[in-house]
Amino acid sequence: MSAKKVLFGLFDDEEVLLKAVKGVRAEGMKITDVFTPFPVHGLDEAMGLRMTKLHSAGFVFGATGTLTALAFITWISTVNYPINYGGKPYFSLPAWIPITFELTVLFSAVGMTLTYLYLNRLAPGQEPKVLDERITSHMFAMTFEVDEHTSEEKKEEIRNLLKGQGAVEIHEKDLEE
Amino acid sequence: MFVSPIREPLIEGHKTYAQMTEDIIGPVEAKPTKTWLAAVTFTGILAIVGFIMIGLTITYGIGLWGLNKTIGWAWDITNFVWWIGIGHAGTLISAILLIFRQRWRTGVNRSAEAMTIFAVMCAGLFPLIHMGRIWLAFFIFPYPNTRGPVWPNFNSPLLWDVFAISTYFTVSLLFWYVGLIPDLATVRDRAKTAFRKKMYNIFSFGWTGSAKQWQRFESLSLVLAGLSTPLVLSVHTIVSFDFATSVIPGWHTTIFPPYFVAGAIFSGFAMVLTLMLVVRKIFKLEEYITIAHIESMNKIIILTGSIVGVAYITELFTAWYSQNQYEQYAFINRSMGPYWWSYWGMMTCNVISPQLFWIRKLRRSVVFTFFMSVVINIGMWFERFVIIVTSLHRDFIVSSWSYYTPTLVEIFIYLGTIGFFMTLFLIFAKVAPVIALAEVKSILKIAGDQYTGENATHAHSHEEEKGASGHFETLIKPQ
Repeated sequence: MSAKKVLFGLFDDEEVLLKAVKGVRAEGMKITDVFTPFPVHGLDEAMGLRMTKLHSAGFVFGATGTLTALAFITWISTVNYPINYGGKPYFSLPAWIPITFELTVLFSAVGMTLTYLYLNRLAPGQEPKVLDERITSHMFAMTFEVDEHTSEEKKEEIRNLLKGQGAVEIHEKDLEE
Repeated sequence: MFVSPIREPLIEGHKTYAQMTEDIIGPVEAKPTKTWLAAVTFTGILAIVGFIMIGLTITYGIGLWGLNKTIGWAWDITNFVWWIGIGHAGTLISAILLIFRQRWRTGVNRSAEAMTIFAVMCAGLFPLIHMGRIWLAFFIFPYPNTRGPVWPNFNSPLLWDVFAISTYFTVSLLFWYVGLIPDLATVRDRAKTAFRKKMYNIFSFGWTGSAKQWQRFESLSLVLAGLSTPLVLSVHTIVSFDFATSVIPGWHTTIFPPYFVAGAIFSGFAMVLTLMLVVRKIFKLEEYITIAHIESMNKIIILTGSIVGVAYITELFTAWYSQNQYEQYAFINRSMGPYWWSYWGMMTCNVISPQLFWIRKLRRSVVFTFFMSVVINIGMWFERFVIIVTSLHRDFIVSSWSYYTPTLVEIFIYLGTIGFFMTLFLIFAKVAPVIALAEVKSILKIAGDQYTGENATHAHSHEEEKGASGHFETLIKPQ
């Protein structure tokens, strides 16, 4: 989230929040972000978020693992240092399936997790911009980006909208402080 | 969301989200109790004794063990397979049950995954020290070297095992930690002291809980579950290949992969139950790990225990039916030879006792389940001992027949790993939420007892209740 100053409403139930997200968007207001203590099903569709492409990245990483394993073992066993094990062919693909499978899973899992951490801006010691300390426990926040040019009327409109949609608290917070 | 009325509630006590946070994060914030300190001291000492024995083994060599020329694998590999087996429940619960949409998994997955990681750490120790020259352990990895280069044998199940176990450990660790991040952020946001705030700030990676973060979180969880499902099945399959691809009677059987996987899940669930029954008591989590959870796990124990039982009998039948005298002798020797006690110990603990769980009253009894979980783990330890030692001790030449007894060093290394495992688990249970808080919250509206079951008070599900008791149509009508 890149907003510097936000106006946000806190909700205490995810069903109210979901209805509010739909209601606010129906009013033509742009929601900056929504924060929840747990994954709320249907929230991303309600907010109109694009589906994440993370799983496609997982496929690419996995395929890299498969190819790496096969290419590396083939090169070692047929070119670099071929050894005759019990009269078996140098290129004995069936015996390489287990390692190929494991490396596929390993590359995919590690690659995807690193991509996930990068996209979500997660790293040890990363300073979070906490709007309210109850958001990771039992509160749901809907935020609207505001700045010094935002008129009081506009803010009042957002506040009324949030109140009308069932927000239990409404606050404004400067995230740069 | 439609929930069948026969489903029992998974969260009791009419919880609100705030109460759930309080109940699950509370024990993390509380001062360590005397019981906890005493337990950690005891298990810690056990672990230290074990590490001293490992130190002795590394210094003086594996001549300190009871192994001999005939019996080259014994307690070490038994313990290795036992620990790896125990490590299978965590990923099964978090991955396979996620794909099967089993909601009760949310109550136990966090600690089962932690248990997996610690069990795999204990398991990995044994092949390493068994090498004798542990400082050359890096030889198992394919790296360019000046010896030819001579690479490891990619056709060998022992090398497959290296890849399987290291991958399994890495993926389990990632899965566990990714799930832990949002819950650590909850601890961070509730922290009262500066030190705790700082520590949990580092470990929660700056999580905020935005919609996009959760969307990616769900996507990652699902794909990791999809990857871990074949992975968890592959790991014990490959461990069984260590035996099945050899030509030793008693090992050389095609039944091994499914039989080992079922046995692994069987022992893993038993260990999860042993730990969870203690944790739910100490941390007062009876409302989150309910009798319904225990019953579900016991049902999986019946299934996998029965698969194991059928496998034992199939082995006997195959030995007779094959008309191969070496195979037949291996099994006669197992059940009536010098190690008869281990065979019958295994049969009693693994084949007969899990069948008691067909009785509903017993599988819903906490005390009986705890007792059985220990019995099953003893039985599964015997199973590996039977497979390894009894198949080896009387080989093809009668003059080399032998008997194996463990030395004190081996016994204390084994007890040491149990101490190490318990110490890690106790520390984990103190510093991190033992229940996947965010995931349990996400099922509250479906499985909380105010919404479902006989104590439901929520008006919305009351209607559903009434309808459900009267008309079958309402049972299948999605809400």
